[in-house]
Amino acid sequence: MENPIIEVRNLGKKYNINHQQGKYIALRDVLAGIFKNPLKFIRDKTKEVAGINTKEDYWALKDLNFTVNKGEVIGIIGRNGAGKSTLLKILSQITPPTTGEIKIRGRVGSLLEVGTGFHPELTGRENIRLNGAILGMTYKEIAKKFDQIVEFAGIEKFLDTPVKYYSSGMYVRLAFSVAAHMEPDILIIDEVLAVGDAEFQKKCLGKMGEITKQDGRTILFVSHNMAAIRQLCTKTILLENGKLLFSGNTEEVIQHYNSEMIDKTGQSWNGDAGDDEIRITRVLSQSLDQEGKFHTNAPIEISIHGTILKMTKHMVIGFHLFSQFGYELAYSLYDDNDADMAPTVLKPGPFIKKFVIPADTLSEGTYLIELDVGIHNLNKVLRPDQGRVSFSLSNVNGIGKRFSVPQKQGYVSVFRPRWSQQNN
Amino acid sequence: MEKAEAQIPITIIRPKKLFSLRDITEVWKYKELLFFFTWRDLKVRYKQTFIGVAWAIFQPLITMVVFTVFFGGLAKIPSDGIPYPIFVFTGLLFWQFFSTALSDTSNCLIANQAIITKVYFPRLILPLSSVMTKLVDFLIATLILVLMMLYYGFIPRVESLIVIPIVLIISFMSSVGLGLVLAAINVKYRDVRYALPFFIQMLLFVTPVIYPASIAGKYSWMLSLNPMTGAIQSARASLLETAPVNWELVGISFMACLILMFIGVYVFKKVERYFADIV
Repeated sequence: MENPIIEVRNLGKKYNINHQQGKYIALRDVLAGIFKNPLKFIRDKTKEVAGINTKEDYWALKDLNFTVNKGEVIGIIGRNGAGKSTLLKILSQITPPTTGEIKIRGRVGSLLEVGTGFHPELTGRENIRLNGAILGMTYKEIAKKFDQIVEFAGIEKFLDTPVKYYSSGMYVRLAFSVAAHMEPDILIIDEVLAVGDAEFQKKCLGKMGEITKQDGRTILFVSHNMAAIRQLCTKTILLENGKLLFSGNTEEVIQHYNSEMIDKTGQSWNGDAGDDEIRITRVLSQSLDQEGKFHTNAPIEISIHGTILKMTKHMVIGFHLFSQFGYELAYSLYDDNDADMAPTVLKPGPFIKKFVIPADTLSEGTYLIELDVGIHNLNKVLRPDQGRVSFSLSNVNGIGKRFSVPQKQGYVSVFRPRWSQQNN
Repeated sequence: MEKAEAQIPITIIRPKKLFSLRDITEVWKYKELLFFFTWRDLKVRYKQTFIGVAWAIFQPLITMVVFTVFFGGLAKIPSDGIPYPIFVFTGLLFWQFFSTALSDTSNCLIANQAIITKVYFPRLILPLSSVMTKLVDFLIATLILVLMMLYYGFIPRVESLIVIPIVLIISFMSSVGLGLVLAAINVKYRDVRYALPFFIQMLLFVTPVIYPASIAGKYSWMLSLNPMTGAIQSARASLLETAPVNWELVGISFMACLILMFIGVYVFKKVERYFADIV
């Protein structure tokens, strides 16, 4: 048996919330902070140097161990925030790990986004060369593959047109085509198939399948598209909260991923979860049908019960709606319908927040509701399994299965609920 | 087949060390990308501006004319006994290379953040290519200097020309060194870039571009701590024979730019560890 092509040992990555994307540090503020409160600065600095975990730290990945053998196509699945992207970024050396080690035997090509480094002013021809170089191809390789790339993308006529005049479809086709023609031993792919038209997606999947079968290439593939994972991957890894939850045969892992979640989840959830500002005690899904039956013609009401302990600002309460296959269908926060952007202040006391999924919105199937409670983009008060409820809709009229929503990244809502409340 | 087996590169990804020899060898490995980034920047710029390549000539030329009128003509700033236009142009040539390279380098990480967060390559390539781009502009603008030298009848002696490559290396390394520091600061503190143009402007006055270093009298040694002083003075000495080439000054400047380069790489590597997480 050969050595595994990738060995991941005790991998961990710690982030500091202050360094999160979108939050820039201004030198002015830092200097002002030092003058205002020199002791705090010294204390924080000492902690940082001594490596003590502060409140702002969190582990995006922790104690991750796995190996990949040559020629395997590995799918990586898990919820948003499970650590998939962080793992890919570490594997492609974009960001270094905090702990642990990865040993890779071969050339790595990573495709975290198609069209990386494309410049709108440059022509298709020029961009192929530039993008190829950025992806790590040598000049000779690019020259050798040039005709194939152009042919696969189908842009022969526009080769000398600046790509800013390309349609988005042409742009993506060209970008994927360049990427698909690099020949690394290990290819790392993040959700690139979420772009382009259905026909081109099929072509890409076909191309990737061909690559692995013919050349014994190893692929790591992150996607929310379970169909694509099923089609390509022999083995799959399930991540949750930065840890490896389950790995093995793709079908098993996907089944495990979905069924486990649905099994564990009831129509209502009772408990006591949260922090010292907010506690969530009960989440309930109810049909507003006269008989209380869940079906596609009934509006479904979800109510969230809880208590505010301290007066809070910026606290959001919202939910994600997932299909039984793990696709995110909607995301909404309770103050979405408020006209102004000012943060809502929540006063101490018990509250109930409710929203309704209108009748005739969802098709037959099982759905999951996960709460999003916390300071937006900063902290989450609940773990994904806290406050999670599910409900199954049966079909009462028509054929019922034709209303599928194609999976998309980001939040494409199928509906925008009206929220109502008691107290608060 | 066996040969191919032996060539499989092994990569080990670990928590990043501050400095290793690998960084240098890697830049060499990625030299093609360095070329492509430089090529891209030149191509895009010359495509976007209407007058294209002429811009590289136009900019120092106009500055020279303005400086000649105000500093040489009206303010009567001495020029070591040679015509002020060619005196100031020699200085400007190097100065504009240095200052434009600085402002481009300091911005290069932010300008390329889409690539930085998606693909791996040695990050040092980006500031290096920014300076390379400016070096091309510099070489184009040198044509004017050659024409001016012919016009004013300056024919440099071959033996003094050997200092020119050294001067170029000093200018290049100073730009890269200081540029790396600024690039790193700029990524970490996003308000710094607003102060940069002012900072670069100030540097002009502690560099003998519009005046000869001799104007500072017994304090002129202080100016020589600025490596660009050595570069500009030596270039004038060699091309315009304002004075014999001062090898001591060249030596000091060379040491200064080495130190600058070292500090630059150190600071840059320190920030490099986490800038894919923050840009």
